[in-house]
Amino acid sequence: MSDEKFDAIIVGAGVAGCVAAYVMAKAGLDVLVIERGDTAGSKNMTGGRLYAHSLESIIPGFAQSAPVERKITKEKISFLTADSAVTLDYQAQRAAEIPAQASWTVLRHGFDSWLMEQAEAVGAQFITGVRVDALIQQNGRVTGVQAGEDVLDASVVVLADGVNSLLGRSIGLVQKSDPHHYAVGVKELISLPAKTIQDRFGVSGDEGAAWLFAGSPSDGLMGGGFLYTNRESISLGLVCGLGGIENARKSVPQMLEDFKQHPAVRPLIEGGTLLEYSAHLVPEGGIAMLPKLTGDGVLIVGDAAGMCLNLGFTVRGMDLAITAASLAAETIIAAKESNDFSYSQLQKYQQKLEQSCVMQDMRHYRKLPALMENPRIFQQYPQLAADIMADLFTIKGAKPTPLWSTLLKRGRQVGLINLVKDCISGGRAL
Amino acid sequence: MSTVNVDVKLGVNKFRVDESNPHIILVENPDRAQFRKLINACPAGLYREDDGGNIHFDYAGCLECGTCRVLCEGTILEKWEYPQGTFGIEFRFG
Repeated sequence: MSDEKFDAIIVGAGVAGCVAAYVMAKAGLDVLVIERGDTAGSKNMTGGRLYAHSLESIIPGFAQSAPVERKITKEKISFLTADSAVTLDYQAQRAAEIPAQASWTVLRHGFDSWLMEQAEAVGAQFITGVRVDALIQQNGRVTGVQAGEDVLDASVVVLADGVNSLLGRSIGLVQKSDPHHYAVGVKELISLPAKTIQDRFGVSGDEGAAWLFAGSPSDGLMGGGFLYTNRESISLGLVCGLGGIENARKSVPQMLEDFKQHPAVRPLIEGGTLLEYSAHLVPEGGIAMLPKLTGDGVLIVGDAAGMCLNLGFTVRGMDLAITAASLAAETIIAAKESNDFSYSQLQKYQQKLEQSCVMQDMRHYRKLPALMENPRIFQQYPQLAADIMADLFTIKGAKPTPLWSTLLKRGRQVGLINLVKDCISGGRAL
Repeated sequence: MSTVNVDVKLGVNKFRVDESNPHIILVENPDRAQFRKLINACPAGLYREDDGGNIHFDYAGCLECGTCRVLCEGTILEKWEYPQGTFGIEFRFG
């Protein structure tokens, strides 16, 4: 490798790393991205869905050339018990018509490779198949990276090394991992013909469905199932919080297997072939797990910085990573222009983040991660919904009960005070 | 309910295992309570207990998620790092 000093070295070619490289290279900076996988995206997976707003502002009209899968026009949320489902179904045509409000299902190998190509086209350099082993520090300042025998120098290092950010840990930006801040996600990619997907989910052309499931998929633990339609495959999986995993009655792979066998899910994937089985950690701790975002000579972005928001009905990570990456890039571009890469100059990244959707949304929803650890959400409420539906829809030929007394009886199952409490804390968290 | 066979699922994936250099190493005689967390949580089912109560771990088949790192770093994991460049799982779809 060369003796050249880069303006910035970025560790990791996920969406954050590639976008940071794209923005900086476009502004004329000398940028190197180092990725341990053979290609960008080969170590990455998503549920997954990309909310387009942030990438749309950086590469307008990206969805016309990027390998996106389907545009979401149908949103579904289900409460599941072992054998029942209560589902909310929303036809979401309007937002899908506006590029900055649309969302797309994506598969990361193809998508990240495309992003890498965009960054290369504006002059960013990539080295793939190389693992960064350590950060080089001089007098407390990060001055480069070490990969095997090689040392590479940079004015700034951007850590886009993902949810396990060992590099962030090594210099004290990222705190020791607390299991309550993480969930594990597992996914099967199941091949099905496009026509079958369109028929089963009631979508046409390149339109698709996003479906979230609470209750039995994570066996009552914090988490839930997900299903996203791709062009010719379905992403089916679940997420399970690690905070209570010792109390799990079955293993995470078994949870996924049982979820696949659920009567509401099995017909949707029938006849499909498994293409890939993948897993990933999800940083779900919100603002409480946020690392120190700036160090001397170093910035941290995306999953590595715990930038993720799971509200139960929307799950966001990639769009936040993209916004953070572009703000990190802008900070470094400004530093280069003033030839001042000092810590105080780099700290402007944090100020920019505070004014962006990343920190504004994460602060707004700061109470949510704690709320999500409330077991009633994943145990009693799905059962409650199923029981009320059974009362409403089952005809037994018996004397009718007034609706209010049915609801009251079911409410007492959970405890009326609990219901009120959870409504208030839910209302406050959202 | 059918019992899951994770090996069949892993068999569909593309791996390049670094045979000479395990990227995860357990301590000797790992604590059973800790190990059981990993039996529950590991998506690849790499932490196993057989009918005789013996425990087994194999790093081949690792999906590199980091779940075991978060749960057992500093207890029963002696080493957790990513495989060397180009080694390990390659997500062809992701």
